[in-house]
This record gives sequence, structure tokens and C-alpha cells, in this order.
Amino acid sequence: MHGWGRPSKQLAGFAPPGTTPNPSSEEQGLVKEAFSQLPPLIGSHVLLASAAMGLALLIGLPLGLLSARRPRLAAVAVGFAGLVQTIPGLALLALFYPLLLAISALIGGGVPALGFLPALLALTLYALLPILRNVIAGLQGIDPAVLQAANAVGMTPRQRLRLVEAPLAAPVAMAGIRTAAVWTIGTATLATTVGYPTLGNPIFAGLQIERWDLVLAGCVAAAGLALVTDFLLGLIERGIGRRNRRLTIVGSALLALGLVAAGLPALRPTERTITVGAKNFSEQYILSRLIGARLERAGYHVAYREGLGSAVAFRALASGDIDVYVEYSGTLWAGAMARSDTPSRAAMLEGIARWMATGPKTVLIGPLGFENAYALAVRPGSGFSSIADLASRAPKLTLGADLEFLDRPEWHAIRDAYDLRFAATRAYSPTFMYRALRSGQADVISAFSSDGRIAADHLIVLADPKQAVPHYDAILLASPTHANDARFLAALRPLVNRISVEDMRSANYSVDRDAAKTTPATAARWLDKRVRSRTEPSP
Amino acid sequence: MGPDLEPSDQPALAYEQVSRRYGGVSALDAVSLTVAPGSFVALVGKSGSGKSSLLRLPNRLDTPDEGRVLVAGQDVAHVDPIRLRRGIGYVFQNIGLFPHMSVAENIGIVPRIDDRPAVDVTAALERVGLTPDLANRLPAQLSGGQQQRVGIARALAAEAKLLLMDEPFGALDPVTRDTLGRTVRKLHDDLGLTTILVTHDMAEALLLADRILVMSQGRIVADAGPSDMLAGRAGPEADALVAIPREQARRLHELAP
Repeated sequence: MHGWGRPSKQLAGFAPPGTTPNPSSEEQGLVKEAFSQLPPLIGSHVLLASAAMGLALLIGLPLGLLSARRPRLAAVAVGFAGLVQTIPGLALLALFYPLLLAISALIGGGVPALGFLPALLALTLYALLPILRNVIAGLQGIDPAVLQAANAVGMTPRQRLRLVEAPLAAPVAMAGIRTAAVWTIGTATLATTVGYPTLGNPIFAGLQIERWDLVLAGCVAAAGLALVTDFLLGLIERGIGRRNRRLTIVGSALLALGLVAAGLPALRPTERTITVGAKNFSEQYILSRLIGARLERAGYHVAYREGLGSAVAFRALASGDIDVYVEYSGTLWAGAMARSDTPSRAAMLEGIARWMATGPKTVLIGPLGFENAYALAVRPGSGFSSIADLASRAPKLTLGADLEFLDRPEWHAIRDAYDLRFAATRAYSPTFMYRALRSGQADVISAFSSDGRIAADHLIVLADPKQAVPHYDAILLASPTHANDARFLAALRPLVNRISVEDMRSANYSVDRDAAKTTPATAARWLDKRVRSRTEPSP
Repeated sequence: MGPDLEPSDQPALAYEQVSRRYGGVSALDAVSLTVAPGSFVALVGKSGSGKSSLLRLPNRLDTPDEGRVLVAGQDVAHVDPIRLRRGIGYVFQNIGLFPHMSVAENIGIVPRIDDRPAVDVTAALERVGLTPDLANRLPAQLSGGQQQRVGIARALAAEAKLLLMDEPFGALDPVTRDTLGRTVRKLHDDLGLTTILVTHDMAEALLLADRILVMSQGRIVADAGPSDMLAGRAGPEADALVAIPREQARRLHELAP
């Protein structure tokens, strides 16, 4: 699939125009990307249309031949094809979805209900009427005296078909094939709606985000394709009609050349889209954009799946739904690995690598270089410096937590290690959690050590003398499919151990602060520069 | 090759009690006839008399309901129709040239479909009185008379010895009819053909044929040479048909100064 296959998801990460600092430049990038997607889309468009035409010819030509001599069969065949023609193209495509699902269920699965197959079937049915009608008309229009002469000179039925009927019916049949080809190329744009990439992709995407230049680009490309095809088929038609073999050969050769040229990018092993995952907080959005930008520079198409829950993210990675994301060592350790001990950083990373190799087969590319540990933080001047200090006062305090924290094993470990019993616990989204602490609605919060607001608000991060909380190294993980993908891993390895906690805090704060916010993409670009300045050898 | 059509003691063509009905209407009613090798036979009669039906049987364009048709002594029912047709020349009233093929391709069609060496198109054209420069023309670029000459050249290109002609001059102007008739008679004599010519023009039949058959309602009602026909020795149906050209000749003679 190309990037345009899921336009809504790809666009989801962009803020609506007007709220980002420089929306125009981001949109311009988007439009530029859209036009760069046209060649592969033309390729897959041509592939679909020519496959449908090929199949329609394979059915229509013999059926037309049979029907020309059997009026009753002709009535049934043309009637059916005409009935299909009355179904709107979009509805015909939509109807194949449940039909193929049912067939798939009937034969025990394996029939794809979306993508190429339903598009091919619907377009084939659509192309059938003009082909069938004109083949029959072409054959029936032959002078009976000529057919009688063909019999009288001793032609076998096959010779009569090849030497007399086919060449005489060809001009009329070709006119039908031309009509069918133009219809098919136009209607193929609708295959976008069943998940097959065509020139309909920029049209539908453009409609969604009201970029009329995208709509126009798709329309012009599809119309151009139809016109060129019609012209070349017209050359062949004239060549056959005028018995000009050279014209026929030139038309056929150009058509074949066009098919090959358009089909090449589709046949070339295409890069599938890399999906970068992100959990639902700013640091993850920034890091996902940082990863995505690096992959795009390495030539990949990138889509983002953001706002994943902590547990969902790793499962999505293991199953290949996402290709790469940033996890935290402690989250895996206590969560997916169900470990309750708290070893050293190195031992934990080693343990994770070993566990992945034997279990989920996901890939640990490496630590990014900073920790985003769960910690408890308080307002400056509250008199606490360690979690141990909290235990006796906790029954009078309110704990503000992010949406996950209270269900996490880390909280249970801290609570049990220090025997914490808060008067109340409240869950907030991260942004509101800091505001709650500032405003006094909460006395203690579950902070993140890489959070820019810790420094900005001068918060006190409480020490963990009992080491109840494991380490939370940010680690870059890849899905099992990339285990031996050297090119992919090489694109991301430069991130390993290159991001300091200070840089991460700054980037996070630029996105989280109340005034003069930047977008995650902008923060990612800044962070990328920092990473590259660290990667390059100092003079 | 098809049946041996060389002159022999066998009749070139024979019908034995042949009947053919179309939807209950009798087109041929127990017709029996033998045609000697080398003869030029004209089948004359009104429209619907059965003469064209008779002509369609020897090369199995049609099949009799009863009786047998023999070509050079062989029952055509037991001969592969494709082989049979490639050995018999057939010329239509509406000519039936293949409109998408050149004159040369039309003439060479039987050897081509039969995987035989190509014919000498120039000789074939000259034989029917056409110039070789027409070889690459399409039929639509020729006059009606030229087209029918090509049709005859096509029928003879495979060295057929039996030539069946179904009103071949019907659509042509009188001058062309006359010259083309002479051409056919000359070809018949030069090539030693056995020719059956269907026509509704008694004058044409009298001038070209050795033997004239008059058909009426699916039967042969008269069978005589031209001189017997003109002498009124062939029966009333023949007399009625002969009377027309004779009357025309008399009136033309009176008009002459």
C-alpha cells in the first residue's frame, strides 16, 4: 500500500490550519508529497484498469461470439450486462465487500474482501456491456453473402472466424473496447474506496481536506490516462478498419509500451508504509515524528498511529500493526514481562533483549539515552525530599495521577514499599495533572522524569531510597519483521544514546507549555538537529 | 484433394430422387439428373422454381431431405464438406468477395486455407480478362463487372473442374453481362470445365449453354439443347420461356429501319 491508502490516518497527526505556528509550510509539504505519489498511483491505476479490461475481454469476446449466433443467449447476456451498468459504480464496489466476505466464509477464508479483488471484479462487470454489445453488433453486421462465400470456398469454422468474421467485426468491436477502456479508467478511481490505491486517492483525500489542487491533480491524471488510451486504441481501430497494418502495429506497440511504463513502478518491489506508533503524550508524539522523519529521509513512506495505550502499543508492535515505537524499559519489565524486581539499567536492558529474542521476537534497537521514569513530585517548599517522607502524611494528601498510573504495577510497588495511603487519588490527563498540582487540587503527582514542566515549575522529584520503581530507559523497539532489515535498522540506529534528558525536556516543554506552543513535528525537527550535532564527530 | 472431377465414364454430377423441403414447402421434388463431364448446363426457371436449391447441394451448402447427390460418382454425404468445397468452384449473384481482402488475397484464398502453394495471381486475373494492376485493390474499388470477374477467378483458382454459378450476372448491366457470359463460356471450353449456370434469362441460357433445364415448382419440366428449345420441342413451359426473347427479337427486327 502506498501512503495515500489511508489518507485520514496520515493526515490525523497534523493540527488543523490556524492553530499551528506555520500551517502553510506543513500543508505545502503535504501537497508536494501528494504530487510525488502520482507516478506509483498511475502505475497501480493502470494495473487495475488493464487487468479488468483483460478479464472483461476474456469473458466478453467468447461470450459475444457465442451470442452473435444465439439470439436468446445474446438477450440474456446483454440484458445482464446492461443491468450491471445501471448499478452506480460506488454501489457495485460496495456490494462486492459483503459478497466476498460471504464467499470467504463459505470456503473457509482466504478471499480478500477489500483491495484489488473487489475492484477488479466490479470493473470487469462494468466493462462487459460495451464489449459484449459491440462484438455482437460487429458480427451480426457482416454481410451474409460474405459468410456464405467463406463457407463455399471451404473455410473451416475456425478459418472463417480468423480470416473473415474477426477482421470484419474488429472495427465495431474495437469501438466498444475503446468505450469500455475509457469507462474503466474513469471508474477505477472509485477503487480507492475499497482500499486499492488509484488516482482516486488524491481526489478523495483532496475532498477530505478541501485541497482542490489535489482533486484536480487526480482528475487530470485519470482523464489524461483515458485520453491517451482512447487515442492509442483509436489508432489500432483505424489500422484494422483501413487494413493499415503499420498503424495497427504502431498503436499496439505504443499501448504495450505505456502499459509497461505505467506498470513498472507498480511491479517494482514497493516499500510498504512504515507505521510509527506513539502513546498518548507529547514526548511520544515528538519521538514518533523524529523517527518518521529519519525513515522518510531513508526513503520510506511513513504513517503514524498515535494515541496508543501502553499495553496496546507493545501488542501492536509484536503483531506488526506498527513497525516501530519508543517504549520505556520499566514499562515492559513490569508489564509485558511481569517482573517485580528492579535490577540495574544494564541488567534490565540485557534482560529485555533476551526476553524479546525468545518470546515476542520484537527488536530492541537500543536505548535513546534518557529516562522517563515514573516519579512522585511535589510543589517546591512542601518539605518533602523522599517518598519515605510521605508515608506518615499521606492520609491527609491527594495524589494526582495520569490516567494509567493508578493501575500500573509501578504504583503498586511504590505504594506497597512505602505503605502509602492517600486521602484521595485523582486521575488527570498529563497536562491537567500539572495544573492540578499548581492549583493545589493535588499535593503529590505522578511525574515523568523527562517532563519539561518539572524544571519549568521547579517541582521537587522525590527520591526512591527503597528502589521500588524500576528504570525507565526510553528504548527504541521494532516489529519482528524488521529483525534482519539492515536498511531499516541503519536508519534508526543513529538515535541510540543520542538524546539527553535535558534535550528531551526542552522538546517536551516546547509542546506542553501554555503559550507559544510548537507542534510535535517542529519539536522533532529541533530535536533531530540536536541529535545530529551529537552524532557528527567533533572537530 | 477432393473428388476426382476429371472427365471419365462417371457423370460429373448426378442427382438421384432428390427432395428438399423448407418448412413444409417443397423446393425440390424428387429430382433426378445426370450431367456429363464437360457439359455446360443452364438451369432456367422463375424465382422459387428450385434452381438455386438444386445448385446448393453438390458442395453441401445445403443437404437434401431425400435422395443422393453424386459428384464424380461419389455420394457427397460421405465426403468431408470442407474438402468438397475446396474442389468445387462456386460463384454467387451477390459476388461475396471478402471486403477486407485485396483482389490477390481473394483469388488466393482457397490455396491459402488449404495450405497449398500460392496461385499465380497475374495469370488468374488475365484469364478472366482483368489487368494485373488490380491485384492490390480492395473489392470496393472495382466495378461490379470487375468484382464478378474476380469472383470467377477465385472460384477457378484452386483448379476446380466443376463450376457452379448462381445467377452470376444478375446484378450487372447488359453490356457487362454479355461480355462476362462470353468470358465464362471461353473459360469453360479452355479449361474443360463442367459448368452449371443458374439464370432466369432464357436468352442467356440459349446463347451460352449446351443443355438447358427448365425448372418449375421443384421439378425439371424441360431438358433440351438450345436448338430443340427454339424449335419448340421441349414442352409448353420451355416454349413459354423461349417465347419472350423470341418476341423481343421480332419486335427489335421490326423497329430496325
